[in-house]
Amino acid sequence: MLTNKRLILSHFWLAFIVFGAALVLGAWQMFVRSPLNTWHFNPEFYYRSVTAHGSAMGYVFPTLIAMGFGYAITEASLGKELVGRRWAWAGFFLVAVGAVVAMIPVSLGLASVLYTFYPPMVGNPFYYIGVVMVVVGSWIWVALMVINFVIWKRDNPDKPVPLAMYANVAGCLLWGWTAVGAALEILFLILPVALGLRSTIDAGLARVFFSWTLHAIVYFWLIPTYIAYYTIFPRAIGGRLYSDAMARISFILFVVVAMPIGVHHLFADPQVGAGIKFMHSVFTGLVALPTLLTVFTICASAEIASRLRGGQGAFGWIRSLPWSNPIMLATALSLVMLGFGGAGGLINMSYQLDATVHNTQWITGHFHLIFGGAIVIMYFAIAYDLWPHLTGRALDSFGMMRTQLWLWFIGMIVTTFPWHYVGILGMPRRMAFYDYANPAIAPQAFSVTMSAIGGFILLLSGVLFLLVLIRGQFGARDEAAAYRFAVPLHMPARIPVALNSFGLWLALMVGLTVVNYGFPIAQLMALSETNVPAVYVGAGR
Amino acid sequence: MSDHPLFSTRNPWFGISVGITAGVAVLSAVVGLIWLPLLQPHLQLTGVWDAICSAAGVPRAAVQETAVKPDFKTSNVVMTSEMLTKADQVSIGRGATLAQRCAICHGPQGVSDAHSPNLAGQFAAVTYKELNDFKTGARVSVVMSPFAAAMSDQDMKDVAAYYAYLPRVPSNNLDTGRPAPAVVVTGAPMRNIPPCGSCHGDIDNKAGSPWLGGQSVVYIKAQLEAFASGARRNDISQQMRNIARQMTAEEIDQVAHYYEAQP
Ligand code: HEC
Ligand code: HEC
Ligand code: HEM
Ligand SMILES: [Cu+2]
Repeated sequence: MLTNKRLILSHFWLAFIVFGAALVLGAWQMFVRSPLNTWHFNPEFYYRSVTAHGSAMGYVFPTLIAMGFGYAITEASLGKELVGRRWAWAGFFLVAVGAVVAMIPVSLGLASVLYTFYPPMVGNPFYYIGVVMVVVGSWIWVALMVINFVIWKRDNPDKPVPLAMYANVAGCLLWGWTAVGAALEILFLILPVALGLRSTIDAGLARVFFSWTLHAIVYFWLIPTYIAYYTIFPRAIGGRLYSDAMARISFILFVVVAMPIGVHHLFADPQVGAGIKFMHSVFTGLVALPTLLTVFTICASAEIASRLRGGQGAFGWIRSLPWSNPIMLATALSLVMLGFGGAGGLINMSYQLDATVHNTQWITGHFHLIFGGAIVIMYFAIAYDLWPHLTGRALDSFGMMRTQLWLWFIGMIVTTFPWHYVGILGMPRRMAFYDYANPAIAPQAFSVTMSAIGGFILLLSGVLFLLVLIRGQFGARDEAAAYRFAVPLHMPARIPVALNSFGLWLALMVGLTVVNYGFPIAQLMALSETNVPAVYVGAGR
Repeated sequence: MSDHPLFSTRNPWFGISVGITAGVAVLSAVVGLIWLPLLQPHLQLTGVWDAICSAAGVPRAAVQETAVKPDFKTSNVVMTSEMLTKADQVSIGRGATLAQRCAICHGPQGVSDAHSPNLAGQFAAVTYKELNDFKTGARVSVVMSPFAAAMSDQDMKDVAAYYAYLPRVPSNNLDTGRPAPAVVVTGAPMRNIPPCGSCHGDIDNKAGSPWLGGQSVVYIKAQLEAFASGARRNDISQQMRNIARQMTAEEIDQVAHYYEAQP
């Protein structure tokens, strides 16, 4: 039962408009720094663009998707109207206004600090204020999801919380706590400098705070995708979810170990001790577990669906899957990209191997494959699945959807495989200009050109995606049946209280944060010699 | 719907999850903070506590080695982006009086016809730093050094404020349509040359980088050659020497003409 359709649709539309604009910037970036571009341009525009693209794709787009999807899950899975509709709209407007407030100084060239902020570089305060508004908007959503969860549990003391809602709240709690790191960094370290109240900044401490956010934010991006794997995919292909408990355990593992591992982003930083880095590496290893559980459960669910349709043989059942179904296709392509991206991730997470790829284009190739590829393709799937229920009109351009998904997959492979490769050759990331005439890097020219072509394929796919959605808005009226989520193979009548609540997991999450981050943060705060003069960008041009 | 309350040792979920988490944390701490550091002889650890401190990142006193002192003076100015950005009228007024002595060479309006550098509109922090370096001997010029030697710290700040207050005047060769050489816009990454514009303006301005627009060809070339040869070495951390050494004679010529033609 979806009641607040306009609310949900607004979130999705704004998310995809932001996505479309940032996609154009991404393709432009790819082009200008490739050998295809033969004229000189002001490299400052590149950094403006990367800041805008990164902030839009990393902060605004996934946050809006998670929020919109979260509201849809609440109403559909709990079967009642969302509590706190006005607050939800307030959160939406905060995010929308925050995005604009942040983008104005970026487009004026006053905040080309990149989406990771990079202190001691300091930009115009409005950039940071805009980002904080986006985060505060999302915190309203976090609060609403928790409130709806608690109310429903109180009204239904004997029923397990539906899996989709349980997973959704897991994502909220993870995000609520994760965002605290960057919020502390902005409010206490960067903003005072940006506002001119101080002129020095503890760049090392700022980076530690940012790493608190940086790893778990990727799981915040990922959770809508995993929810779609578990609760949309099996239903869409006419099967059942292999195990409800396994799904809950995966989401719980994300809550507990996704956060206190962020120092793996600081392997090359001197301000954190090697032993602390080791501890974070160990927990980083653990976080592969929920993903392995998920891949197993999803493949098992697919097999169930196939065998229900008459699939045969040890592997023959794969052929009997409903391949023409866009959700089937998206999930399969997503898992392939997740596999490749995950393999690359194993390299990043090991201290020694990371040293060879640190700050090279390998890293950008990696996160585009996982995030832009595996995760975003499921955002498309979520939109395709929800659209008829939100618009009340049929969404039946299936051929176009399949083409779009294939193009996204092909484009992503063509973009990111060479992107990884030039990283191994040593091509640094975040540079606007490469002199391909120089014999030392001339061998990279071909691969970079390939990547740029892949970028245009992605742009094409993005345009097609928006076209499908726009057509959906004007399709034939068709009241879709009630929206439902996948049912597990065995519907548990009773589940252990641990798998139906979050108290224990929150305690472990906060406890591990204290164990893994407590000392580095306390020490850097205590040292007074760690402040450096701020470098204001765009100030004296 | 529960059998046992969650936060109780009788609930197996509680015991197992807390036990595993604490176990992994303790094990990784023992391995990372004690065992692995002790395996590395080059750390020269004195015991377990020393190992823990070292691996946790507590700063350790560096082995005292006698630092090699350069046989020349280096700049003792510490540059920050805030430095001397807020001038007051009194300071500017005092500076105007002091600057009378400078006018024969740097021009009454801070603009020189004799290939002495223009000072009008120069960032105050830059003028101040250069004067300071002339005074301490970090930058050497037979012509300039004697003038700086007699100046007090306040004098230098005042003159700097005054020149920063004067409007910039373009050279006779002003040509804003002149295309920027590649090294100004994109640098030469393979030779480790960042774009000049990323410090000297247009792209961005970094603290302590002089405004170059309108400076004479002769002056710019002379300075770049001095940086390259090491005759001038007051630039902090060799920012300019590292760049100038990598530049070709042709590039030096191009940038000199380009910057002279800029406002
Ligand atoms: C006799 C001529 C002469 C007089 C008088 C003179 N200068 Fe100079 N000044 C020079 C020359 C020549 C240079 C360039 C030195 C070099 O080539 O390294 C210079 C350089 C400078 C610079 C460095 C500019 C830059 O962009 O690096 C500053 C600042 C400066 N002078 C300030 C002053 C001030 C202030 C006074 C008055 C107190 C003064 N000068 C008086 C000739 C003079
Ligand atoms: C990393 C920032 C940086 C870059 C890039 C840079 N400069 Fe500089 N440049 C400086 C600084 C800082 C100084 C002042 C040095 C000092 O302390 O005296 C300087 C001084 C100079 C001077 C002497 C000016 C004077 O009035 O004394 C010239 C000429 C110059 N740079 C030219 C260039 C050119 C040409 C390029 C590009 C090829 C370039 N610079 C790139 C930072 C930079
Ligand atoms: C949904 C898809 C995408 C997402 C989520 C995404 C996200 C991001 C993020 C977070 C950054 C980091 C910015 C930074 O390093 O500061 C980035 C950088 C970049 N993206 Fe994307 N992006 C997407 C699609 C694309 C596409 C399609 C292209 C190419 C056509 C592209 C090209 C780039 C480039 C060139 C950079 C800069 C890399 C660098 O210089 O380090 N992106 N992107
Ligand atoms: Cu990470």
